Amino acid sequence: MKTNLFISAAACALLAMPTMAATPMEGEKLAAEQVYTYRLLDDIKSFDPQINTDVEGSEIMRDLFEGLMNEDATGGLVPGAAESYTVSDDKLTYTFNLRDAKWSNGDPVTANDFVYAWRRLVDPATASEYAWYMELMGVKNASKVVKGEVAPDQLGVRAVDDKTFEVTIDTALPYFAAMTVHGSTFPVNQKVVETHGSEWTKPGNLVGNGAYVLTEYRSGERVVRERNPMYWDDANTIIEKTVGLIVNDENIALTRYLAGEMDQTDIPAGQYPRLKAELPDDTYSYPRSCSYIYWFNQGEKGNPALKDARVRKALSYTIDREVVVDRILQGGQYQSYNFTHQKTAGFELPEIDYASWTQAERDAKAKELLAEAGYGPDNPLSVKISYNTDEAHKKIAIAVSQFWKQKLGVNTELANSEWKVHTTNMQNGDYEIARYAWCGDYNEASTYLDLMTSYSGHNVSGWSDPEYDKLMKDSKTMADPNPNYAAGEQLLADNMVFAPIYQYTGIIMLKPEVKGFPIDNLMQNWYSRELYIVEK
Amino acid sequence: MLNYIIKRLAIAVPTILVLIVFSFLLMHAAPGGPFTSERAVPPEILANLEAKYGLDQPLYMQIWTYIKNVVFHFDFGPSFTYKDRTVNEIIAQGFPITLTYGSVAFVFAVIVGVSLGVAAAIYHNSWLDYLAVGISIGAQVLPNFVMAPILVLIFTLWLGWLPGGGWENGEVKFLIMPVIALSTSFMASIARIMRSSMLEVMNANHIRTARAKGLPTRQIIFRHALKPAMLPVVSYLGPAFVSMITGSVVIDMFFSTGGIGLFFVNAALNRDYSVMMGITILIGVLTILFNLVVDIIYAWIDPKIRY
Amino acid sequence: MLIEQDKMENLADALVAAEVKGRSPWVDARKRFFNNKAAVAGLIVLICVGLFAFLGGYFAKFSNDEIDFMVIGQVAQLGGPSISSGHYFGTDDLGRDMFARVVQGTQISLMVGVVGAAIAVIAGTLYGATAGYVGGRIDNIMMRIVDILMAIPYMFVLILLLVIFGRSISMLFVGIGLLSWLEMSRIVRGQTLTLKNKEFIEAAQATGVSSFKIITRHIVPNLLGVVAVYATLLVPLMILTESFISFLGLGVQEPLTSWGALISEGAGTMQYGTLWQLAFPLFFFVITLFGFYFVGDGLRDALDPKDR
Repeated sequence: MKTNLFISAAACALLAMPTMAATPMEGEKLAAEQVYTYRLLDDIKSFDPQINTDVEGSEIMRDLFEGLMNEDATGGLVPGAAESYTVSDDKLTYTFNLRDAKWSNGDPVTANDFVYAWRRLVDPATASEYAWYMELMGVKNASKVVKGEVAPDQLGVRAVDDKTFEVTIDTALPYFAAMTVHGSTFPVNQKVVETHGSEWTKPGNLVGNGAYVLTEYRSGERVVRERNPMYWDDANTIIEKTVGLIVNDENIALTRYLAGEMDQTDIPAGQYPRLKAELPDDTYSYPRSCSYIYWFNQGEKGNPALKDARVRKALSYTIDREVVVDRILQGGQYQSYNFTHQKTAGFELPEIDYASWTQAERDAKAKELLAEAGYGPDNPLSVKISYNTDEAHKKIAIAVSQFWKQKLGVNTELANSEWKVHTTNMQNGDYEIARYAWCGDYNEASTYLDLMTSYSGHNVSGWSDPEYDKLMKDSKTMADPNPNYAAGEQLLADNMVFAPIYQYTGIIMLKPEVKGFPIDNLMQNWYSRELYIVEK
Repeated sequence: MLNYIIKRLAIAVPTILVLIVFSFLLMHAAPGGPFTSERAVPPEILANLEAKYGLDQPLYMQIWTYIKNVVFHFDFGPSFTYKDRTVNEIIAQGFPITLTYGSVAFVFAVIVGVSLGVAAAIYHNSWLDYLAVGISIGAQVLPNFVMAPILVLIFTLWLGWLPGGGWENGEVKFLIMPVIALSTSFMASIARIMRSSMLEVMNANHIRTARAKGLPTRQIIFRHALKPAMLPVVSYLGPAFVSMITGSVVIDMFFSTGGIGLFFVNAALNRDYSVMMGITILIGVLTILFNLVVDIIYAWIDPKIRY
Repeated sequence: MLIEQDKMENLADALVAAEVKGRSPWVDARKRFFNNKAAVAGLIVLICVGLFAFLGGYFAKFSNDEIDFMVIGQVAQLGGPSISSGHYFGTDDLGRDMFARVVQGTQISLMVGVVGAAIAVIAGTLYGATAGYVGGRIDNIMMRIVDILMAIPYMFVLILLLVIFGRSISMLFVGIGLLSWLEMSRIVRGQTLTLKNKEFIEAAQATGVSSFKIITRHIVPNLLGVVAVYATLLVPLMILTESFISFLGLGVQEPLTSWGALISEGAGTMQYGTLWQLAFPLFFFVITLFGFYFVGDGLRDALDPKDR
């Protein structure tokens, strides 16, 4: 779906839009046993939609709960708990019309459940780490509630009646509706949460409005969810049971996949070509909305040499992205010369000059720039790359240090630290060059580009530019924000605020019998109810 | 003897207190906190989180509150990472698992190790001896993080005999690989220790006398030699126990058993202060108790020792 | 693989007894040691590994951090061990020469083992000797501290130390070393208590020699046998601990490496047709551990010749 989803989202009513469900193609014969088993990297941190913070938890949230809107197999917006919605003329009030649906305990899903959940997300008493998501959505008073300045009931949401949920936002946001796909905005059943308190997410207690219910959870071992007969579209659900197996080691996970214990697992870095050759029907590589960069610290605590844009450019130019992508990662990732993932919906990849040069040209230019900046054999540049503990990050850091050493004579120190230390150092501006990856929250370029504004809180580079801030602010209200996005990307490239390295693909093993996995959805927002298993 | 036990238990109390304070301070000195994440949490949200988990209090107050809760309510607090669960729940769920495969591995290592060692000593310099020594040499130094993936490769992928991971309440087929991976190096150590100590005992005067009197070998071994020869093995069990807990990290990581070993490492990396503290205290208490038990067994076996 | 405390105590007893009798235990020990085939074999292996660590670098055609851009990306096909390509041990996943990396990893692992053991032994000896010599309440307090520290799960402390102070070789040395001195201090204290009342110490005290001097000049040298054996047996333990730390990803910084790091990388990719990445480091790891272990055992038996 390449059409601009924001234009369609802003249209007044979205009645009669297709809903999604598992739809076997003609001639496909369903297998007798409809159980889907996949690998989870880590234990689940929470089953509470307002508390959950990680991707694997979100996958489970989407099965257990249903938000206002869902995504279809290509990432397009389709109705979820809301059948349709309308937007006021000033684009500041959204009215969602809820469908007749039930919680898994039989209670009707009402607008009050959404009001309760949304207030719960920002309530300081809940202390949700994702409270900022509602601030990002711009819901009226969200920030004030989080700060404790006003009570949670002052949040700009209300139940007009049982089936009508109304949201007021501060500034027009073209992709507001798309943001309700996120797990943090899912409804919870007030009665259940209040009855069971902190125990409400235990299997047996947990009540959701999604297509599945949580039936078993064994910490460190597995999570099982089974079909919810109360779900409004249960008739079109095929998978009976979804099992997430927690397997910490990716190589063991692959072995167990090959032994037939799982239907899906991740492919370890560098193993894709071999597996592709051996099991062509099982291997998949598809775009995934994350962008991998090396921050250059231009702040006070950084390396003074990196304050010179010529140095930053020279370093970035010499990184041979082809080697990184084709020789190290080998999973069909995209060489990157900009920030936004190039497959982001509606995003037009701007023309960045050095993207079209050959590597030899880049290297030559880099040498020139570095010499201009005053570094050479007599005065060699020394830098330090920080990265967090991970096999792939390590390989890339080593390769980059070699590019710099072999082509520019730059001495590089490698500093590996575990995740918390790495993050703390980055956020304190206490690094020289640091590995980072940003994954989009929603399928629109601003999820990337807003990061680089001076006010984002995630921009740790020490670089800011009022012109950039203005471009991003203005883009919010433009019918086609692409010119501003392109100008923004150009500013980033001109200053080489960071070195873009590659843009992600998801590379997985998936049994050929499993159908309906949304590999064309950039966000990989998959729902068990869309899957089905055919006979071998 | 009873006096001795009481005295040892009395020392345990300050030991645990020191352990709590020491780990607490060490943990809070580590960079980053439980809520440090990829998305820098805005200060106002961080304030809410810290208020909820009591991290806004001064450190000495936090320690005091923690000790109070542990001592008077046996409450180890909520997990900072697994927000739906308390430390008590996590330990209650994971510890029986670790205990099960740990004790099976332990018993297995002792029985097989001792038998192997005794057999090697009795048939000293025979092929059996060489075989036993050879096996224990190899098994002793093969790191379990190498052995675990090899086991999965052989038994799950190539032979298809055993499931590659999971726990299923300790069903035997899920237990086999964790036990092998965890026990092998200890088994080998025990076999080696047993062999050399058995050889020594068999050369001792009272055994020589018994032999000279023409008592059957079997009787000599089981009545007279085995007990004193066990002494070095018994004193090895204390440190072996501690290493096994460390080894359980690898087991949980590779076999998805769900024990506390993996929580232990993950909590340190995630700065999950409360889980870290809970497991440290648990392991500290266990170590103290286990060493006490080992000392008692030692005293019981060795008539020379009187407390 | 752990040190048998019983045997260490027996050894210490025997050495002190010999000392008291005024007969040096070292006289016959050398002969006995060289009659022990396993110990001699172990010593030869260690010498070879040592030579490999120090001279291996001269034979490497590549440095340990240089990526072979011909090989990267096709390691399973092109990166195997071969004389003609100059990668005698093959390459790692990034196309770096395994030979150079194994040489360099051997240096780090041996260094961690030896320095870690040295720190443990020195700290343990000084602490134990002080406690035993001073005696009384201070002894009591010092040994209670040891009791307390022994109940602390040391792997946890080590992980936290590496996290707090950042990972560096020196931190690894200190961390690993400081966690292993406790047993040593107990044995040394026991022997010091025995030695303390002997005539030569009393004579020294009478002539006004300071306590510190008595400890370092008279007590510690008499413990040398135990210390030597203990240290030799401690080295493989240190190396094993380091390998576990590397497995957790807390080991030395790239481009430096260690056996533990190489083995855990190799173990991860063993089913992907690059078995040499595991085989070479594992081989050196195993033979070295056994070298130390046989030498340590042989040394102990040579110094404590009872039942022979």
